[in-house]
Amino acid sequence: MLDPRTPLLSVDNLQAWYGESHILHGVAFDVFPGEVVTLLGRNGAGKTTTLKSVMGIVGRRTGSVRFENDEMIGRASNQIARAGIALCPEERGIFASLNVEENLLLPPQVRPGGLSLDQIFELFPNLRERLGSSQGTKLSGGEQQMLAIGRILRTGARLLLLDEPTEGLAPVIIQQIGKTIRTLKQQGFTILLVEQNFRFASTVADRYYVMEHGKVVHRFANSELNANLDKLHELLGV
Amino acid sequence: MFEIFGIPSQALFGQLLIGLINGSFYALLSLGLAVIFGMLNIINFSHGAQYMLGAFAAYFLLQVAGLNYWVALVVAPIAVGFTGVVIERLFLQWLYKLDHLYGLLLTFGLALIIEGVFRNYFGSSGLPYRVPDALQGGQNLGFMFLPNYRAWVIVFSVVVCFATWFLIERTRLGANLRAATENPTLVRAFGINVPRMITLTYGFGVGLAALAGVMAAPIYNVSPQMGSDLIIIVFAVVVIGGMGSIMGAILTGFGLGVIEGLTKVFFPEASNTVIFVIMAIVLLIRPSGLFGRGT
Repeated sequence: MLDPRTPLLSVDNLQAWYGESHILHGVAFDVFPGEVVTLLGRNGAGKTTTLKSVMGIVGRRTGSVRFENDEMIGRASNQIARAGIALCPEERGIFASLNVEENLLLPPQVRPGGLSLDQIFELFPNLRERLGSSQGTKLSGGEQQMLAIGRILRTGARLLLLDEPTEGLAPVIIQQIGKTIRTLKQQGFTILLVEQNFRFASTVADRYYVMEHGKVVHRFANSELNANLDKLHELLGV
Repeated sequence: MFEIFGIPSQALFGQLLIGLINGSFYALLSLGLAVIFGMLNIINFSHGAQYMLGAFAAYFLLQVAGLNYWVALVVAPIAVGFTGVVIERLFLQWLYKLDHLYGLLLTFGLALIIEGVFRNYFGSSGLPYRVPDALQGGQNLGFMFLPNYRAWVIVFSVVVCFATWFLIERTRLGANLRAATENPTLVRAFGINVPRMITLTYGFGVGLAALAGVMAAPIYNVSPQMGSDLIIIVFAVVVIGGMGSIMGAILTGFGLGVIEGLTKVFFPEASNTVIFVIMAIVLLIRPSGLFGRGT
């Protein structure tokens, strides 16, 4: 077990480009073991790009991304995954040519200690019923989101990157996903969450970083949320 | 002897057999093309040359090393598949982000070079390859005579085709392949080494072509242009079946072989063109092919 005051993930001066466009301009933040940290910000602020840069799937990136004190910035995304980071992408990434079970079993185990299938079905009972379903993309949006989260819990990754897991879902499903995130935190997972919906984020997050124009411009803890509401409204334009 | 629609059974079943034999090679080759296209997005124009390399590998193994057909059946696909791995690492890996045309031109150029080199050293008359002893002779089925070797080719290609289908559509490894075809970036971000998988897929597809070449050696002569004679028809088969569909490639391959054979019996004048006529019709009605999933 790492010292809880040593960051599990430490990002510093992260710059990223898509082709010619410079998207991230020196992003810096830390995520400590067992925390749920949320990146907030308007559309286009660079939240998703930050997750993708940590995972190693943007065109070009520089700076420093340290995971368990190992530098990830020069590594290919498959090596970063093998180090113990898993991504649940915004578009969910359910494969149409794979059935539900194949989708669930696709990500390889990178470390011991992942959840068993039974534990995943305890979190998402719907998935067990859908296991025989022919095509992963025939599931409802909520079920696809559960599948996208469920499949990375098997891998043994300790840091989960969740990109807008509540986007476009019904309130009752959002509640279930919130409950799942709290359960995962209790089980010792560390979660870096990207959210537009800060009311949802406030039900799960320990700390927040607010991004604007490819930088972190503000940070506060959940206990300071009320004191920061005005500033947040201004930054998020809500 | 009996007659069907005024055609003697010997002629009918004889052509049906030839159709099935041709169909076996169409299926094996279009299967390899489909596997390669699905994963690499490359139209492998050197597939015919690689089929020819398989036949020559069998020939060399016998002439130079004294290793028989059964050894060649294992060794030739592995050796030729390895040359595919080298080609992928040296050339193809730089082309994936470009238009299809570049991969097509590169593999077409490779095919011309390979065939040119072999024609230079071995001429174009063809070299004989003996049917293995265990498969000499044939069976008299009453309505026709079935050479043992031809029966073996049909049965073995069916087995290889369906084993490949099973591998891709029904196993964990195949699920990785299908997923990487759809979204290579995400599959890689799950920790799967997608570039290595692509290299091995090309090697596998090329190995399938070489396997077909070994099987063809005792039936046709081993000659430098044996691949280019066949590959045009195989591309028509792939277009009819639909690029990238595994089962489509297999069924269309056998189906068109049989149709071609039957055309030789009932309307011989059309036998050389029937596949291309079918291709034109399919392209008009279903541009993505009979089994294609659209674009």
